[in-house]
Amino acid sequence: MSRAEVFWLNGPVLKARVDGDFKMKEAVFVGDDRLAAEVIRLDAEAVTVQVFEDTTGLRPGVELVGSGLPMAVELGPGMLGNMFDGIQRPLESLAVKQGDFVTTGINVPALDRQRSWEFRPLVQVPASVAAGRVLGEVQETPDLTNRLLVPAGTGGTLEWVAAAGSYRIDEPLARIRTDGGTQEVALMTRWPIRVPRPTRARRPIEEPLLTGQRIIDTLFPVGKGGACAMPGGFGTGKTVLQQTLAKWCDADIIIYVGCGERGNEMAGVLEEFPVLDDPRTGRRLIERTVLIANTSNMPVAAREASIYTAITIGEYYRDQGYHVALFADSISRWAEALREISGRLEELPAEEGYPAYLPSRLAEFFERSGRVTTLAGTDSSLSVVGTVSPPGGDFSEPVTAHSRRYVKNFLALDRERAQARFYPAIHPLQSYSEYTINTAKWWRQHGGVRWEERRGRLLALLQEQARLEKMVKIVGRDALPPSQRLALFCAEIMVEGFLRQSAFSEVDRFCAAEKQSAMLALIDYFIQRAGRVVDRGLDPDELVALPVVRRIQRMGEDIAHHEMDQFEALTKELDAALDTLEGRGEARDHRLMPR
Amino acid sequence: MIDPKRYLLSTGVASIQGPLVFVRNTTGVGLFERVQIMTQEDAPRLGRVVSIADDKVVVEVFQGTEGLSLGGSRIRFLSEPIVLDVGPSMLGRVYNGVGDPIDGGPRIIPQRRPHIDGLAINPVRRDVPREFIETGVSSIDALNSLVRGQKLPIFSGSGLSHDRLASNVARFARLRGARAEEFAVVFAAIGVTFDTAEQFRREMNEFGALGRIALFLNLASDPSAERLVTPRVALTAAEYLAYEEGHGEVPSRKGYPGYMYSDLAAIYERAGRIMGRPGSITQMPILTMPNDDITHPIPDLSGYITEGQIVLDRDLERRGIFPPIKLLPCLSRLMNHGIGDGMTHRDHPAFAQQLYSSYAQAHRLKLLSSVVGEEGLSDADRQLLHFGDRMDDEFIRQDDQRRSLEDTFDIGWRLLAELPDESLIRLSDEQITEHVAAHRHEQ
Repeated sequence: MSRAEVFWLNGPVLKARVDGDFKMKEAVFVGDDRLAAEVIRLDAEAVTVQVFEDTTGLRPGVELVGSGLPMAVELGPGMLGNMFDGIQRPLESLAVKQGDFVTTGINVPALDRQRSWEFRPLVQVPASVAAGRVLGEVQETPDLTNRLLVPAGTGGTLEWVAAAGSYRIDEPLARIRTDGGTQEVALMTRWPIRVPRPTRARRPIEEPLLTGQRIIDTLFPVGKGGACAMPGGFGTGKTVLQQTLAKWCDADIIIYVGCGERGNEMAGVLEEFPVLDDPRTGRRLIERTVLIANTSNMPVAAREASIYTAITIGEYYRDQGYHVALFADSISRWAEALREISGRLEELPAEEGYPAYLPSRLAEFFERSGRVTTLAGTDSSLSVVGTVSPPGGDFSEPVTAHSRRYVKNFLALDRERAQARFYPAIHPLQSYSEYTINTAKWWRQHGGVRWEERRGRLLALLQEQARLEKMVKIVGRDALPPSQRLALFCAEIMVEGFLRQSAFSEVDRFCAAEKQSAMLALIDYFIQRAGRVVDRGLDPDELVALPVVRRIQRMGEDIAHHEMDQFEALTKELDAALDTLEGRGEARDHRLMPR
Repeated sequence: MIDPKRYLLSTGVASIQGPLVFVRNTTGVGLFERVQIMTQEDAPRLGRVVSIADDKVVVEVFQGTEGLSLGGSRIRFLSEPIVLDVGPSMLGRVYNGVGDPIDGGPRIIPQRRPHIDGLAINPVRRDVPREFIETGVSSIDALNSLVRGQKLPIFSGSGLSHDRLASNVARFARLRGARAEEFAVVFAAIGVTFDTAEQFRREMNEFGALGRIALFLNLASDPSAERLVTPRVALTAAEYLAYEEGHGEVPSRKGYPGYMYSDLAAIYERAGRIMGRPGSITQMPILTMPNDDITHPIPDLSGYITEGQIVLDRDLERRGIFPPIKLLPCLSRLMNHGIGDGMTHRDHPAFAQQLYSSYAQAHRLKLLSSVVGEEGLSDADRQLLHFGDRMDDEFIRQDDQRRSLEDTFDIGWRLLAELPDESLIRLSDEQITEHVAAHRHEQ
């Protein structure tokens, strides 16, 4: 092992005089406590490392030891339902060893070496196998199978595979003769966190990642395999929305990374996920979730690593054949960690003190999302949704601006909506999704008849609302002609009745595609009928106090998924109410004067 | 008190720049260790090692470098991080910004000497804050509820009545129901004037609350670098009181802490509850926003780290409304953990949503009517405007009166009764019948 002697210390960054050869991004250990660190710069005589733990008390002369290997994570069954820190230390095991607070220098393996798994071989020996070939499987949770795959870059003749039985994750389960010799395969593998895992091919994104949030699924769909940025000033509801998506989206596996965020929030996730049921499988949400927590007061270098740790775990499950969704909260905190380390290295700062390589790091990260054909031949995906916390809520700052370049889905959170407790506070005119065209076909096939057309009308109405509100500010509402006052009224009904969705209402927190379609159809129908009423010469203000209007605005919360027939009843109620109005309108037609 | 074998002495001061002292020819000095700077004349000053390059060390001095000289200063490296003596009988005392008692009383007999930077709570050991704290302030209790273990700052401006609000909350705060115990209060005054600190102490004394307060004072005239230490010292005391003596804590402080996000986070994240331990740390830091600008980096970064904010407003203050809480930008992120059935009232969430929604509408209409005049508004709009005014005058305004949660609900429902059903979209039919209809008959 290469060794070096520390002579320079500044926060989490150390420099050491080298004796031997170090590699960039090599994992190293510092001092008697063996603090985890990583090589970030190499000079002729010195190696610079970032330390993932608290450096208080370190002195010049302390020894630094190389591992010869890049920073890597352990991958294998047993990650689901667990919580790790930014460098994949299992927090539950740390608590058992250290107590309530995280201290330094404790080395606990990421995956449990003692636990055994029931293995079933799925191939006959001898066989010719290539990378990605499924050799056998274990049941990781009652719903999810974990497959033993031929590792990337390996191929040859399978000489031996273990018999069905109980094995630990580090026991060899198969042996492959390759060109260079033989290789053993175990359930656990290691993969460097900064290197994307290989796939056979990338594929176009065609399906939405259903989130159960109407404003997202209907107006700005997230693609299965897509990348999405969710910027918003503080207090606009990023975290609540992010957690709502993590709870209800239709991915098989959820990776949730709290990167530089609040400890109480992670505690909330840890408390809630084990008791919530997945609406599709009926199993507990925690069974399909991996949590990574590096809260804002945990070491900054580990925060930088946490994003890579998370996405590598995501890729691992994708390669297992699953649709994976990764939620990162927040990308800005990760970028700030990058800035802090860069500052200590005295690198030349670019925009707002961020290093010049910020855009390329962001691109590398978002580009690890995608829908792919895996080495095993499955159609799988890794979707990435990252929150962005722009200082002062200003979207022109570097992290928001650069993220925007690499994502196709932008959900801008709006302070004014949040202040009125209107959630999700997504601003419909500042947000967009480039997955709409691809996913329209999916909606047509899943009951969303005329989905595109109706969606288009909603967006046009929202645009019209913004224009009219500007006019109202100048001339007042009463000065608008009836058709424009009607447009404003319809926009309000749509915003309140369709776009608003309560994360805390048991009925409304998740909205299935079928219910979304029904609500969309009803709102669309209301708008058309109301237009006819006003065409007949009635004043739009007469619609305001109709009880059915209040019903429509509350239908998300009032009509549960098993009461879909209520939508028909509501449509009839609407017809009846408007028929009556229209009748009166016809009777008065002759004395109506244009305003 | 200090074991001579445990420290190293150096006279090699090479240069002094602002709060930083550069020392050479050192050996065996560790990062972030505690340092004393000794001169012939006065008491040792506190400092800390911030970076090391071979035998050269940079020391940050917390108590000012005025009067230090290159030849006349000796530097003592203490081989340990900065610690605070904690022990029973910490309450009822007054300390300076680095944690030494300055009330003429005896030193604290240390039961432990914890590191003032604290340690990160392991997220798996955190308990979710969910116990509702009744602060007696309507705008907080009903609309931005505080729970034990939360960090909820008050964003204020210079000259606004944040101190009055803080001392009201410190006096009024209690849990509901059987466990209506009192809170221990750790008050860290950071960069405030002597008058402000003294007034707070006097008020607490008047209400007989001094025995449950520990006061840490960094006055405006004290060295500014000391302010880096004061919140950490106060939180260390709070952690001892909460987790070892079992008190709930509401520390408050004022002024600006350090600049970096991680630095702020290291302070704010020390709020919380730990599984199986009796106490909790609730933080209500007071921040004065330069120029009342909420986008200034300090309130902005704080807003991202804390669990909401209570925002004070100059306009309300001028109109004589106390507390001058500007509802729209206020938020409590942990509110939903602590309210609702079995905790406050089943309909509390819908109540808060409806008040907020209607108040926001009223606010928009107010802006609109200032341009087009009230004539341009419909009757329904005028109703909302009137509702907004009554919110300011009857709900937000409460002077120094403690208001029970029940009274707060009652006022809120009465105000909502002014609005027709079609404006009350956030309430179910049942909620309207149960709470609102009765008040309509009165009107």
